[in-house]
Amino acid sequence: MELKEVIIEKLNGTIKDAVLEVSDFRGDLCLVIRPEKFLQTCRFLKDDDELGFDMCEDVTAIDWAKRKNRFTTVYHVYSLKNKFRLRLKVNLEGEMAESVTSIWASANWYERETFDMFGIKFTGHPDLRRVYMPEEFEYHPLIKEFPLLGIPGSIPLPKK
Amino acid sequence: MDNRIFKDESNSQILHALMADTDISIDDALENEMILNMGPQHPATHGVLRLLLRLDGETVMACVPELGYLHRGYEKLAENMSYMEYVPHTDRLDYTSTMCNNVAYVLAVEKLAGIEVPKRAQYIRMLMAELSRIAGHLIAIGTFAMDVGALTVLLWAFREREKIQDFYDIVAGARFTTSYTRIGGVAADVTDEALAMIKNFIDNFDPAVDEIEKILNTNRIFIDRLEGIGILSKEDAIRLGVTGPTLRGSGVEHDIRRSNPYLFYNEVDFKVPVYTEGDCLARYFVRVEEVRESAKIVRQILEKMPKGEVRANSPKKVLPYKTEIYTKMEELIHDFMIVNFGMNPPAGEVYSAVENPKGELGFYIVSNGKGSPWRFKIRSPSFCNIQALPTMIKGNMISDVVAIIGSIDPVMGEADK
Amino acid sequence: MGLEAKLTSDGFITTTIDAVIAWARKNSVWPMPMGISCCAIEMMASVDPKYDLSRFGSEVMRFSPRQSDLMIVAGTVTYKMAKVVKKIYDQMPDPKWVIAMGACTSTGGMYRTYSVVQGIDQFLPVDVYTAGCPPRPENLINALIEIQDIISKTRGRDYQDKPLLEMGFSKQ
Repeated sequence: MELKEVIIEKLNGTIKDAVLEVSDFRGDLCLVIRPEKFLQTCRFLKDDDELGFDMCEDVTAIDWAKRKNRFTTVYHVYSLKNKFRLRLKVNLEGEMAESVTSIWASANWYERETFDMFGIKFTGHPDLRRVYMPEEFEYHPLIKEFPLLGIPGSIPLPKK
Repeated sequence: MDNRIFKDESNSQILHALMADTDISIDDALENEMILNMGPQHPATHGVLRLLLRLDGETVMACVPELGYLHRGYEKLAENMSYMEYVPHTDRLDYTSTMCNNVAYVLAVEKLAGIEVPKRAQYIRMLMAELSRIAGHLIAIGTFAMDVGALTVLLWAFREREKIQDFYDIVAGARFTTSYTRIGGVAADVTDEALAMIKNFIDNFDPAVDEIEKILNTNRIFIDRLEGIGILSKEDAIRLGVTGPTLRGSGVEHDIRRSNPYLFYNEVDFKVPVYTEGDCLARYFVRVEEVRESAKIVRQILEKMPKGEVRANSPKKVLPYKTEIYTKMEELIHDFMIVNFGMNPPAGEVYSAVENPKGELGFYIVSNGKGSPWRFKIRSPSFCNIQALPTMIKGNMISDVVAIIGSIDPVMGEADK
Repeated sequence: MGLEAKLTSDGFITTTIDAVIAWARKNSVWPMPMGISCCAIEMMASVDPKYDLSRFGSEVMRFSPRQSDLMIVAGTVTYKMAKVVKKIYDQMPDPKWVIAMGACTSTGGMYRTYSVVQGIDQFLPVDVYTAGCPPRPENLINALIEIQDIISKTRGRDYQDKPLLEMGFSKQ
């Protein structure tokens, strides 16, 4: 049995109703996870001996702009043992998401970056600050309404 | 900053004034401790990395990195331009090894659009990526040696790097920011003379590495300053998600060229160097060995280089050759459409990762079928390596901080995006 | 050689102090390499054995602003970095000059985004702008020669040592 099938089968077997949707575009396996079951799923994926997704490579988000629940968080996790990368997605309701730092410590800065760029607040994050923009900056640049050129005067320049 | 300042009554006020222009949060200094600001303009922080260090005597108790001094808004830019237009921007991500980024980006877009690229083009990309890896590692080794006090190596490394940049000049037309790859192929074919020059260079390359190794590996000061410094254990390396030479220096055998091969890396023979010590010296050894392995790959590529086209025949998605645009109507129309409206990949999302000199560079592209991506995410290796800095630095001396930063070799262009 | 020949035959030359100081200054420009991004690598390349900036008396790169008189701003200046650049510029002793190296520093370049300052001349007095992304080392050397040109034309009266005047020293 191929690894992709093993993952889905194991997940469905242990955590009921966790996987909402499975897609396999260009060889990337992507699972959409139910928000309430997300942490539980992550912990299972990491701790399971056969799967062993021990590295969190990336956390980011997508802003769908016109949808009602506009944010989707995206996680890329990698299994060193199986040399396999899995994408997890969670469709958020509102701007709150659950932090996975307790499972993968490396998610710390990625979540900070996502907060900085989208304003998504991760509950349970140890140190949720902006990572790129100055702290006094009011906006979140990667939100679709934010203009590419920014808002004039939002960050002060030193005097000549 | 002096100790005496903090014994003053207005301790917290002064601290507040010092930190006024930043958003770093660090606990107030204790009686015997002081806070030292390092960067963003510091010769050893490789660009604009800023560290805030809490010191007890000369020992670092805590370290908080601050990024964003080079945040250029790459991801927002990508959402506002076509796929083709974005190639020059990838040069400036990891600017020490430009070709690797070019290759990484077009591989991601080709994966999304489902373009089959001719074999010769793939081999040229491999060749350029490996030369670029050598160039990137030469800078890493040179500046690393400079950080701990050996300026000679930097000049020697630059001497070799200049030769590689001369090839870029011939092949791509620019010596630094190459923008050489195109979606579906490369900008221009590599001439036989250029290949002969590269062969000549790579044949004489090993003595140059020997020379660098001789001056460093037999140098007591160099070894003493690196051995056992900035140790990152295997568990920590995986936990903190470090990548590239930093990961392999900690004993994890993970190289995307080997584990998930792209291009034609499964057809060439190379070794993935791994060291288990996890200190600065191990990371330096990994880099030097990788330079040698890359040279080995380049030799094999030159032998195996097939003949043929260098751009895919997919007129709706791939730019035609310039000569054809000027002579044929059909090609002119396609060129006009691609340049003005962009090629339209199918709706969907892909993540494509390659092994860069710094580690795993990944592009996550969400397409809605239009000419520009809906969401474009860069997963940069330097960013996650810097994340492990506090763990490495904690408990070391202040003078070792410089060596540790040099050993992970961050490039802020991609860390800050 | 001009100077030696004249000195050995006559034993003296006549000139103004201003001219001598300008001549000395122009041939020993100590740059402060404000290396921010990509241009910094090309700036390093201009010091390497192939291009060798030391032919023009500027090989002494000083990372301390207090010891330098030319600031080469090499790389994209973001709003967050602008404060730092300005602070370092303020720490340099007069007289001082600024090269804006590359398109990003001169105009914002290809980064027309929310976080990049569209040209550092919004907060710094720039003497020479350099084209290119990044400029080739030859171009940086050219910029340095232009700075030398500017320096050779400066005279003492152009620079009033303001802090000294404030401290009560009279200018004589």
